[in-house]
Amino acid sequence: MVSFLRFLINGISLGSVYAIIALGYTMVYGIAKMLNFAHGDVIMVGAYIAYCSMQYLGMPAIVSVLAAMLVCTAMGIIIEGLAYRPLRSAPKLAVLITAIGVSYFLQNSALLIWSSNPKVFPSVFDVGAFRAFGGELMITSETILTIVANIVIMIALTTFTGKTKVGKAMRAVSEDRGAAQLMGINVNRTISITFAIGSALAAIAGVLLCSAYPTLQPTTGSMPGIKAFTAAVFGGIGSIPGAMIGGLMLGVIEILGKAYISTELGDAIVFAVLIIVLLFKPAGLLGKPVNEKV
Amino acid sequence: MKIKKNTVQNVITYLIVIAAFVLCQWLISSGRMTRSLKGQMIPICVYVVMAISLNLVVGISGELSLGHAGFMSIGAFSGAIASAWLLGGFHMENEGIRLLLSMIVGGVFAGIAGVLIGVPVLRLRGDYLAIVTLAFGEIIRNVLNCLYFSLDGSRLHVSFNNPNIPGTILVNGPAGATGIVKIATFTAGFVLILFTLLVVLNLVNSRSGRAIMATRDNRIAAEAMGINVTKYKMMAFVTAAVLAGMAGALYGLNFSAVTASKFKFDTSILVLVFVVLGGIGNIRGSIIAATLLTVLPELLRAFSDYRMLVYAIVLILVMLATNNPSMRSLYARFLPKDKTPAPAKGGTET
Repeated sequence: MVSFLRFLINGISLGSVYAIIALGYTMVYGIAKMLNFAHGDVIMVGAYIAYCSMQYLGMPAIVSVLAAMLVCTAMGIIIEGLAYRPLRSAPKLAVLITAIGVSYFLQNSALLIWSSNPKVFPSVFDVGAFRAFGGELMITSETILTIVANIVIMIALTTFTGKTKVGKAMRAVSEDRGAAQLMGINVNRTISITFAIGSALAAIAGVLLCSAYPTLQPTTGSMPGIKAFTAAVFGGIGSIPGAMIGGLMLGVIEILGKAYISTELGDAIVFAVLIIVLLFKPAGLLGKPVNEKV
Repeated sequence: MKIKKNTVQNVITYLIVIAAFVLCQWLISSGRMTRSLKGQMIPICVYVVMAISLNLVVGISGELSLGHAGFMSIGAFSGAIASAWLLGGFHMENEGIRLLLSMIVGGVFAGIAGVLIGVPVLRLRGDYLAIVTLAFGEIIRNVLNCLYFSLDGSRLHVSFNNPNIPGTILVNGPAGATGIVKIATFTAGFVLILFTLLVVLNLVNSRSGRAIMATRDNRIAAEAMGINVTKYKMMAFVTAAVLAGMAGALYGLNFSAVTASKFKFDTSILVLVFVVLGGIGNIRGSIIAATLLTVLPELLRAFSDYRMLVYAIVLILVMLATNNPSMRSLYARFLPKDKTPAPAKGGTET
């Protein structure tokens, strides 16, 4: 029972990281209608920036997270402006391949700058652990922090998209780009802001991911990126609460599957659940079914 | 007699492939080809077949598949097992026949997987279909990591997640297929490309091919015309899977050991890049792109560490140059008329 609880909490913690990454995916998909495969690599860059500012510049954890967010935000805006904006009206596949190109670019730049040797990510927020059941159940402060960060981000994003002018503009653009433009919304700027927010979230996710799984390599971001993408689709791509639920469920399924069914098949179980969900709800858990117009 | 325009185009494609093969054979026999490039010959054939078969799904059938490497891995593993079994169990010494049979086995198993995966996948649309093919690709890789095969005399043993099986180990879980006798040849690769072209080009220019393209262009209209959408989408998907499996078998038999991690998501993406850069729906383009892009990292060796970075930049720049509206209008000013890509005219020959 205690071990189940431990797996469950670990799952929620991992799921929270997936959820934060998936939020970036889902917002970008909702507004730009593109699968941003480079998102996973933004996570990796964010983690490296945080690592460097802590290791080499000796900055405190909070400052290095902020630095990582700043760099990733700038990177997100630059990538969008240089690589994706010229292709706004291009076929979807062309944009997808460009995103893959950007992903290769980030991975190989990281390889050249930081080499392929894995770096051991320092424990960022170690302030002891919470113990229960006579010390049998130990929850690290990182786990708690990840879950809290997830909840805070979720509330902040929901308020942002629901109440602020920019947030409303984002929803309008994702609903109907042409109509939004006619209403005087600056579509390009809105998309830039979305990329900025998504990339900042990716930086946070990168730090959280690496403090839970402390090996940092140029390929660190790709698998969590794919999982988070799966989470976004699972919850219904384009939906913010969907990304949150999808991420959490995916994390829990992965950890429980690895613990109780098979360690090797952990990823396969995650993907199998995704397939089953999509077969019964083809637009994801919270996705709106699209009516076909003839 | 009037020769169809399509036929002329197809004959040109065949001639290009044959000419390239003859040229390469001459370069090899006269010793003008570098060692590293010679080692690339079979992978080039494999990637050409992969690109053509994926183009059948992405270009002709219009469904984005991100798990094509999964079929390749099934082909590679079943082909390697078949080859070892034929040699160990049936003492089939003739390498040519063994290679042929192994490739057929690889194709059959990948085809079965294609049917099993196609049934659920082809019910979905667009990006959801893409993510599910990605998911299946990852599942195949995970499952292959847990499989163990061994050969005890002429008996084949299989086990799941349990390495303790009698006889010589053929497939060793995460360590992959080991002790493969390398029997793949460049000529076999060339023949496989010709076979693939024969299958795909004939399919595209047949009644079924037109039905497949009709469902791509407008699913609802095609359904209204009485076309069985699922059947034709399945046809394209499974054909592509079989061809990818055969290519995989050839690929597997070109190395002494193959692991499932060689067929990751990255490999699927690599093949997709060939298809997109060669022109979606354009078979000849796929062949050229697959060849050039397999050789390109080799040619970029002068840049050593920077070559993958250069590759990424080239990829982004090519996509920007070919798809940006302002660049397109620039081309239109210099070229007499804007050429439409091949798939658009593929089905409407007169």
